[in-house]
Amino acid sequence: MDNRKSIKTALTIAFLLVAVAALYWGDNNLSRFQLRILNLAAIFVILGASMNLVIGFSGMFSLGHAGFMCVGAYTAAILTMSPESKELIYYMEPIIPLLANVQWPVIPATLMAGVVAGIFGVLVGFPALRLRDDYLAIATLGFAEIIRIIVTNTISITNGALGLKNIPSEKSLLFYWGFGILTILVLKALINSSWGYAFKAIRDNEIAAEAMGISVFKHKMLSFSIGAFFAGIAGALMAYLITSIDPTMFRFLFTFQIVLIVVLGGMGSLTGSVIAGVVITIAMEWLRFVEQPMSLMGMDIPGIPGMRMVIFSLLLLIVVLFYRQGLMGTREFNWDWVLDKLGIAKSKEREVS
Amino acid sequence: MTLEIFLQNVANAISLGSLYALIAIGYTMVYGIIRLINFAHADLLMVAGYISFYGILIFAMPWWLAFLIAIALTTILGMAMEKLAYRPLRNAPRISALISAIGMSFLLQNLGIVLVGASPKPFPRPEGLVWNIHLGSVSFLSLTVIIPVITLLLLAAVYLVVNKTNTGIAMRAVSRDFETASLMAVDVNKVVVTTFAVGSGLAAVGGIMWSLQYPQIDPLMGVFPGLKCFIAAVMGGIGSVPGAMIGGFILGIGEIMLVAFMPELSGYRDAFAFVVLILILLFKPGGILGDHVVEKV
Amino acid sequence: MMSKKYLALLALVMLAAVALVGCGGGEEQASGDAAQESDVIKIGVFEPLTGINAAGGEMSLEGIELANKLYPEVLGKKVELVTADNKSEKQEAANAVERLVNENVDVILGSYGSSLSMAGGPIAADAGVPVIGDSPTNPLVTKGNDYYYRVCFIDPFQGNVMAKYAVETLGAKTAAIVQDVQQDYSVGLSKYFEDSFKELTGDENAIIAKVNYNTGDKDFSAQLTEVKSKQPDVIFAPGNFTECGILVEKARELGIEAPILGGDTWEAEEFLNRVGDLNDIYFSTHFTAEEPVTEVSNTFLNKFKEEYPDRQVNAFAALGFDAYMLALDAINRAGTTDHEAIKEAIAETADFQGATGFITLDENGDATKTAIIKKVEDGKFVYESKVDPK
Repeated sequence: MDNRKSIKTALTIAFLLVAVAALYWGDNNLSRFQLRILNLAAIFVILGASMNLVIGFSGMFSLGHAGFMCVGAYTAAILTMSPESKELIYYMEPIIPLLANVQWPVIPATLMAGVVAGIFGVLVGFPALRLRDDYLAIATLGFAEIIRIIVTNTISITNGALGLKNIPSEKSLLFYWGFGILTILVLKALINSSWGYAFKAIRDNEIAAEAMGISVFKHKMLSFSIGAFFAGIAGALMAYLITSIDPTMFRFLFTFQIVLIVVLGGMGSLTGSVIAGVVITIAMEWLRFVEQPMSLMGMDIPGIPGMRMVIFSLLLLIVVLFYRQGLMGTREFNWDWVLDKLGIAKSKEREVS
Repeated sequence: MTLEIFLQNVANAISLGSLYALIAIGYTMVYGIIRLINFAHADLLMVAGYISFYGILIFAMPWWLAFLIAIALTTILGMAMEKLAYRPLRNAPRISALISAIGMSFLLQNLGIVLVGASPKPFPRPEGLVWNIHLGSVSFLSLTVIIPVITLLLLAAVYLVVNKTNTGIAMRAVSRDFETASLMAVDVNKVVVTTFAVGSGLAAVGGIMWSLQYPQIDPLMGVFPGLKCFIAAVMGGIGSVPGAMIGGFILGIGEIMLVAFMPELSGYRDAFAFVVLILILLFKPGGILGDHVVEKV
Repeated sequence: MMSKKYLALLALVMLAAVALVGCGGGEEQASGDAAQESDVIKIGVFEPLTGINAAGGEMSLEGIELANKLYPEVLGKKVELVTADNKSEKQEAANAVERLVNENVDVILGSYGSSLSMAGGPIAADAGVPVIGDSPTNPLVTKGNDYYYRVCFIDPFQGNVMAKYAVETLGAKTAAIVQDVQQDYSVGLSKYFEDSFKELTGDENAIIAKVNYNTGDKDFSAQLTEVKSKQPDVIFAPGNFTECGILVEKARELGIEAPILGGDTWEAEEFLNRVGDLNDIYFSTHFTAEEPVTEVSNTFLNKFKEEYPDRQVNAFAALGFDAYMLALDAINRAGTTDHEAIKEAIAETADFQGATGFITLDENGDATKTAIIKKVEDGKFVYESKVDPK
């Protein structure tokens, strides 16, 4: 064991400890509004990173993330709401008896939300992953719409357009960012495993990968359903954050925001998705001022509704046209880089990254 | 179902199907050449609708003049879009081009919201063009007759351009094989820009007809017809102009008849197109006319 | 290549700068407010000012601003309105209320759109800030939320009023329902109408057709042909005025002559522009200029015409006006800005004189009050009748 490796392990552990301490501090010292935005950022980080797995690392242009979020959000909501709330809210048609009395704690419900979304990922992937590029994009977009339409129409399970409310609320940074950090760690491990190499091989050249003996369909399915799993988790977190959900929330606009995060951060870089997820969420909130009336030096400037999205679409176009690598390209943050900068003991076996 | 109600449904199906067919032709032209879903194609419908709207209401133009100007401006916009957002990415990975298309689409929609506001506006129906026709108890708009005629005329025009002109031959060459065509001294840029011009012009006609048929326009009005007409184009065999028309009609008729025969499923109507799309992609990815293509643009 | 990179970087830097400016602005405002906290009372407003419900949100806000202009003080302090746009989206509605809570408002008013109100409600309840709804009519808005009250009636009452009108005044024995399956307002109201209609006609099968569409749809020909084939006596089609405008117009084009009934969202100029020259279109609403019910109604009417001469007087402005007035009244009665005290004062509201009628809040926090029925005639909304609560 060379000492650089142990330094890195120590640094990772230290980083995690500092992160937990920071989150704990934040929970006690930040305003509710700041917490809400930071929690939203955690959700977008999970969404960005998981979509990056599908688009950036596996080369499948899927536009179905909002659909899987929808599945996750509904699963978590139905599992965690109290039986009394369900009785109150399902006033159009009573909820089916099977689900009426279940009430799970939040963490298992969240994992279940991921699992159910993952199963939907397999179901959708089975037909869709035989397609490529544009056809895959439009088919997954179609599936996301179909999921939303089914959710709207199956009233005795989802309460239809009335949506669900009184979903147990979670507010702490530790909760949302805990899931966020776990997601990143799991995805990082996945990408550096043999599966991850297979994903990248398929992305770079499908035919060559197949010739090398990689089972293309199996690996695509794996990546796609893991992406769906994390989208489901993010959906569940969204349900706890807002405490009320309805099918119209999960429109294509959501997927657009996630694509923006992936592209801006760099397709094929988890680090990029994390940075872009946080930056975009905060920018979305702060850019609000361009849409609100303000007075500047005695002049009243009317707000321009829609301006935020114009800025973001332009940003997406600029990045994709002129700076296709995004913020990070396919590079990742790693301790080696930090240690190199600090001039600490060079290792002989540098990571190939 | 009585005969009268059935005939009413047939009239409804023709008026919806012919609109889908009209818009799908434009999609298939563009896709046939650059092999890229031009998401922003849908938003060109909206642009044409708004230009006509302002032409008629603000500048008090006669409707035909407003429509011609709308078609001209939309065509120019389509060409500009190709040059700015798609041409630089022609040799880039497909994903980049798709993202660019999505970005362009969102940009047009949101510029629309910024410039004209999000709330819908009532589109004027010129009296000489739109009136109600009653045949027994079946009633429909004059557009139900006009739109199929326009669709057929445009289809014939596109057919002539593609088959009888030099540009058309170049188009077919480019659609078969981009690189070889350029080696054979075909000016690929010119061909692509011409295709975008024709496609955008068709989108403008479709947008105007759509606005007349459903006379309420808003910045997001193109999204759903756009998606559905792309599906119609895929159904007919992407790149095939007659296929797109057939696909459009099948989709329109299918949507209307689904509600007519199974009204309890009317809430699922919008899912119909996507289900059809997925089935087509899985079982006959070439589309209806895709296998033995007559006109591959 | 480098220049392109720099261009993109420049764009990013600009975005960051813009974000920072926004950030700085926000903080400045917050600290500025804190300094003068003692001599202002802040009332938060969350309404949809952009997005699909923008027209409704704007009307409501006009009413609130009018009331604020007329009555700018309470407890000897100036009232400051803090407005947050909820963009017609749930997630944004939650953010908007959180922003208001962050700005230390004492009462919150809003919102047009029940689902937006439901997204914001729990956050206000959590922070212990009372909310007065102006026009959210879904019963779930106040159910299970002790801090949410409202000055409008709710959908069960509204559905019942329209069913009663259809059966007793229009003599209907059968009805068809055309609902927007994506919209809580539409499906909720349809259900209450259906229940009441069956009860009033004593016929379990009185609803002879029920068809659905989705928000944003433009083609209703198939659904309406189905309705036409069943020949109902009346059609109930509650929903957004955008979709309903085309829907009603199309129904008449198809030769359907049955009266068409809807809910309070129809009271919009955009709807009138489309259906103005058609007949037999009725809807329930909260307020009418022809039959002022209280003295406050007259004050509101006159002032509204003065302030917005080119706008039609409408129910949403009147409800916004009432929500503000009730907030002021409650603060007055509480005699303090303590949130719990204000909440108690609102809960005790009885026979409060508002522009839309006398308001008494029931144990859920919902107003029991008179509903107005209007119809479309010669390009105008015309008062038809009123229905008092039982």
